[in-house]
Amino acid sequence: MFNIASGQICVLCDTPIQNDITWKALLKKEGASLCRDCEGKLEKIEGDTCKGCSRPFDGLSLEFRFGDLCFDCVRWDDNPDWKGYLTKNISLYLYNDFLKETIAKFKYRGDYAISQAFSQQIKQRLNKLEFDLVVPIPLSVDRLQERGFNQSEALIRSAGLLPVNILSRLHTEKQSKKSRHERISLHQVFQVEKPESVQDKIILIIDDIYTTGSTIRHTAKGLIQSGARQVMSFTVAR
Amino acid sequence: MKGATILQKFLQKILRFSSHPLIPSPEHKILAQSYSFSPELQHHLSGRALLAEEISFPADLLDEHFQCGYIGRILGVSLEDSKFQCNRCGNQNQNQFFTFPCSRCKKDCTYCRNCIMMGRVSSCSYLHVWTGPDVIFESGPNPLAWTGSLSEGQSHASDRVVDAVTNKEQLLVWAVCGAGKTEVLFKGIEAGLQSSQRICIATPRNDVVLELVPRLKKAFPDIAVASLYGGTVDRHLLAPLTVSTTHQLFRFYKAFDTVIIDEVDAFPYSADKSLQFAVDKARKSDSSLIYLTATPSAKMQFSFTKGSLKGVTIPARFHRKPIPVPIMKWCGNWNKSISQNKTIPPAISAWVKKRLENNTPILLFFPSIKIMENSLPIYQKLNPDLEAVHSEDPERKTKVSLLREKRIPGLLTTTILERGVTIPNLEVAVIGADHDVFSESALVQIAGRVGRSIEKPDGNVTFFHYGKSNGMVRAVRHIERMNAEAEKRGMLDV
Ligand SMILES: [Zn+2]
Ligand SMILES: [Zn+2]
Ligand SMILES: [Zn+2]
Ligand SMILES: [Zn+2]
Repeated sequence: MFNIASGQICVLCDTPIQNDITWKALLKKEGASLCRDCEGKLEKIEGDTCKGCSRPFDGLSLEFRFGDLCFDCVRWDDNPDWKGYLTKNISLYLYNDFLKETIAKFKYRGDYAISQAFSQQIKQRLNKLEFDLVVPIPLSVDRLQERGFNQSEALIRSAGLLPVNILSRLHTEKQSKKSRHERISLHQVFQVEKPESVQDKIILIIDDIYTTGSTIRHTAKGLIQSGARQVMSFTVAR
Repeated sequence: MKGATILQKFLQKILRFSSHPLIPSPEHKILAQSYSFSPELQHHLSGRALLAEEISFPADLLDEHFQCGYIGRILGVSLEDSKFQCNRCGNQNQNQFFTFPCSRCKKDCTYCRNCIMMGRVSSCSYLHVWTGPDVIFESGPNPLAWTGSLSEGQSHASDRVVDAVTNKEQLLVWAVCGAGKTEVLFKGIEAGLQSSQRICIATPRNDVVLELVPRLKKAFPDIAVASLYGGTVDRHLLAPLTVSTTHQLFRFYKAFDTVIIDEVDAFPYSADKSLQFAVDKARKSDSSLIYLTATPSAKMQFSFTKGSLKGVTIPARFHRKPIPVPIMKWCGNWNKSISQNKTIPPAISAWVKKRLENNTPILLFFPSIKIMENSLPIYQKLNPDLEAVHSEDPERKTKVSLLREKRIPGLLTTTILERGVTIPNLEVAVIGADHDVFSESALVQIAGRVGRSIEKPDGNVTFFHYGKSNGMVRAVRHIERMNAEAEKRGMLDV
């Protein structure tokens, strides 16, 4: 194997990228969009993780682990209002300081191009999944106007998929100001606009980050109640 | 005939490649004299080019002012000959643009990644500029309270600055490190203020803004001074005197009658074009431009020698002693010696040991963080209290203070300390002075750290190398030339 500069620059730090030349890469004409340095700063979620939400068990104290699941997932599953809506969540990277900064640049500074930093990995992971529709989490109208794009949709498009916008947001209260209890007990946040389009479908929700999982679980609930067969989610950060 | 077209195409290519971004002009309606405009908005927007989201006024008020010709609009990103140009930062590097499906304009929209940290500018956003009547600044008849005296060299340069400010000309002030260049500006600033000018001092470094503002406020006690740097509060203060990082200049548009650029050479070369665009956009078309530096770029030195850039030199320090001339000393393969043999070349260790014995504070400059970090434990064998600093070291300031207070014997550093550090008695060595990072200007700045105080106006500067570089030779010649000129003009006491 040998290295050449591919003429591409790293989407995160602007340095030229050295690509390993493999037949696969040449045939697919696929170049990395990250340099090795930046790639090295992203920590992949690997090894023993929660089957429900991809939380790494490594470093998690035993009292928060219940067999295959973490404490949070068990709590969700214990609640009859929430049980069985989200099949599982898959996340790519740990939400470390580097990723935190990167996602902030992407979302809040509005640097759309950063969505490309994750596209190759997203594609690779989604190859192994079966689903019918990819659905982004909607933003409120004001937020969408302010940012100019929906980060969830940007991630989907950069991975070469087509986002299907079938959800709408019912109210726009700030989530972060509420306690976990309030957030969970909120009734519907999202509404499925065309229930007929989700009938019996396997749906994949894609978003930038899984924190408490409440946004994603709300979405999943709405989709299942509208007739979807199964809902999974995929996020860049966890 | 055929040859001519090929040549023509070739020339066109070169011209296009080296083209400088044009300063955009705003689209605006005819001024409706009868309209009673908002003076608050006038103060907010005068001399600026801002995105709608940076203007804290209602959208319909902005639109009303636009309809009446009081606000003009410049497209954020424009397309010329199928090439994008960012009209805020002047970026024309097509790799630094990105096209995305925009929810605002519902189209494919292109934004500039070069200045994204100031908020996204795209092909559907506008930069708003004030096209109504100017804000008039009134300052008292004698705004300058400073009563210090100037050296002969300073005084001569000061007169030239006054002329340049008054006649709206360009001027290079080439003042050696330690000449006292800030005082040289005072009379010129006063002259500008007296004729209702709006003046800006721009510098690439945050540190310089923080250092200059209190000095200016003291010199001009009745004048509002706005300071602009990363994380500043004065962002919307409309003042006759502004001190700004060059980066913040991107938000200005035809604002200043005089722009003074301090340490113009402290930029990476690549930022040159962008800086020029920022300065050209921030100043009025009829304005003066003053470059203040100890180490003008080769291009600027050439224009100065040729006479196309007017200039004035201050070749001597305020204490009237010559600048210590660096000694070039061969030390063998310094890189191999550290990375493979883990030893300090004997010539260098002898130099360091002598200073440690005599309690002379030292700075040792290294070409990279990596080489410096590999060297630190080996140097600490000479004295365990030696420390190292680099640009990302949060304790940079503390460590410099420790050296100044003689609580540590010396610091290993990257080029980050080449400017701004003044420590009495200091002596410096450059380890690997032949490395590319040590340009002529870096080496002149480094040598300029020595002999700054009246009590000890001399001291040793040594460039340790494994084969002299052009930069080293030019740096030594630069200093010798300045000393010779100072002597010739009778500015030295011998
Ligand atoms: Zn990178
Ligand atoms: Zn879990
Ligand atoms: Zn730009
Ligand atoms: Zn747009």
